[in-house]
Amino acid sequence: MGQTIAEKIISAHVGREVIVGEIVKAKVDFAYANDITAPLAINHLENLGLKKVFDPERVGLIPDHFAPNKDIKSAEQCKKVREFAKKYGIKNYFEVGRMGIEHVLLPEEGIALPGMLIVGADSHTCTLGAFGAFATGVGSTDFAAAVALGEVWLKVPETIKFIYYGKMGKWVTSKDLILYTIGKIGVAGATYKVMEFTGEVINNLSMDARATITNMAIEAGGKTGIIEPDDVTEMYIKDIAKWPYKIYKSDKDAQYAEVYEFDVSKIEPQVAFPHLPENTKPISEVGNIKIDQAFIGSCTNGKLEDLELAAQILKGKKIHPDVRMIVIPATPKIYREAMRRGLIDIFMEAGATVSAPTCGPCLGGHMGVLAKGERAISTTNRNFVGRMGHPESEVYLASPAIAAASAILGRIGSPEEVEL
Amino acid sequence: MILKGKVWKYGDNIDTDLIIPARYLNTSDPKELAKHCLEDLDINFAKSVKEGDFIVGGKNFGSGSSREHAPVSIKAAGVGAVLAKSFARIFYRNAINIGLPILELKEEDIEDISTGDELEIDTGKGIVRNLTKQREYKAPPFPEFLQEIIQLGGLLNYVEKKLKERGEI
Repeated sequence: MGQTIAEKIISAHVGREVIVGEIVKAKVDFAYANDITAPLAINHLENLGLKKVFDPERVGLIPDHFAPNKDIKSAEQCKKVREFAKKYGIKNYFEVGRMGIEHVLLPEEGIALPGMLIVGADSHTCTLGAFGAFATGVGSTDFAAAVALGEVWLKVPETIKFIYYGKMGKWVTSKDLILYTIGKIGVAGATYKVMEFTGEVINNLSMDARATITNMAIEAGGKTGIIEPDDVTEMYIKDIAKWPYKIYKSDKDAQYAEVYEFDVSKIEPQVAFPHLPENTKPISEVGNIKIDQAFIGSCTNGKLEDLELAAQILKGKKIHPDVRMIVIPATPKIYREAMRRGLIDIFMEAGATVSAPTCGPCLGGHMGVLAKGERAISTTNRNFVGRMGHPESEVYLASPAIAAASAILGRIGSPEEVEL
Repeated sequence: MILKGKVWKYGDNIDTDLIIPARYLNTSDPKELAKHCLEDLDINFAKSVKEGDFIVGGKNFGSGSSREHAPVSIKAAGVGAVLAKSFARIFYRNAINIGLPILELKEEDIEDISTGDELEIDTGKGIVRNLTKQREYKAPPFPEFLQEIIQLGGLLNYVEKKLKERGEI
């Protein structure tokens, strides 16, 4: 019987052909954590008296959530991570200045590669599946175990296949495809399952756009999202790959739990209403919703292509006087390239602020926390109660195109409403 | 292990931001986290929960982030076990890894339980007795490897055992 790409990668890391549903101990190729999840793991590892990590080259520590340090407690947490990295000789520790949002930074560094089995103590680790890896989010104790033993326990998941075909509308982005998909299957629609994204539409997407789709697999409860590597993938990794890699593809007779097919020509830009990512509506049905803040950034949409799209809409325009617009490039490399291309100028000219790479506002940490009763349009991934600040604030999820247009309009709207 | 306590009942999709909001994630001190457990959902919970009480949720309990601070705050608040119709996967593994008992019950059994009900739970057998309503529910058994982790009291004890076997600590 054939296997899916996820089953093949897990099999390769267990050393035999695995069966869906069984619990296995799999070899880990890379394990990473951030300034929120690493400290708990570090406490555990120090209590155990750990002498060495399984492989100092294959552990990543990225203080990106509350860094640059937002308060004294956060500073203490970052310090703990920094000192652990030094003590154990962790090669992939990224200090402020070289630090970016982990799930965007690691692919840039050539660390997310086809065929790898990656665990990250952050739920959006599933992002790295865009590069043909099996990458899944775990907790701090799992991370500690991976760092100590170089292995993780996994239930071999079933896979759901999503096929996208047709021609995407002008302002439709990969963010809209994933929001639409979550709207269809629900926030628990893929619990414990792999979401395999396929079809002509996916093949034609850039790596930036693909990573936005896999990023939100967790928002449907998925164990990970994955996309088979192709020429686009190889072109992206060929000069930066840190290690040799192996490309796996799903067999034609692989078994899927479910198969969905979507005609993207029928999909409009999507907006997910509070307080669940599944509460999606097409932009034409949104109505008049005034906003206080527009945020473009995060592991979902803080990439160069996202900033270019937003800049295309904001060029020569002014942000609505009642709106605060915050743009955060996900990594220093993206920030500098955006600067070279004049995007930062466009944002600032329009009246937006552009900040240093951090996860900050996405989880109500810092750099744009919402007050009681405030509303934000955001390119992030979650709109739970209190996600970006006060429990009585509201978050609407959308693409960078919708967020940029909304910032100009002062209400949620489409680029078509902004004279271009 | 036999646990006995009162029920705090909530709905579907109790996400990790509700369990412990990110504004408190600048610490990993369990006692500090416990003070804010479920704060944005039920301001009285952390103040009034008694040692051994149970949280009962609906579908997709613990959805969202990978923050282990969520089950840690629940455990440190004194909660004996979490029962739900279903769990989000990272919460599920985090709970097992840190030794917080969780039980998945049938939808109708969860519907039958109300806030304030007194339960007696045999975690080993997966049997839940509703003493208030005089009824009994059964949770499916855990797979073998997870039973081993649960019996060891969490994944760290497993890691310690392995490191000792390898002579690395």
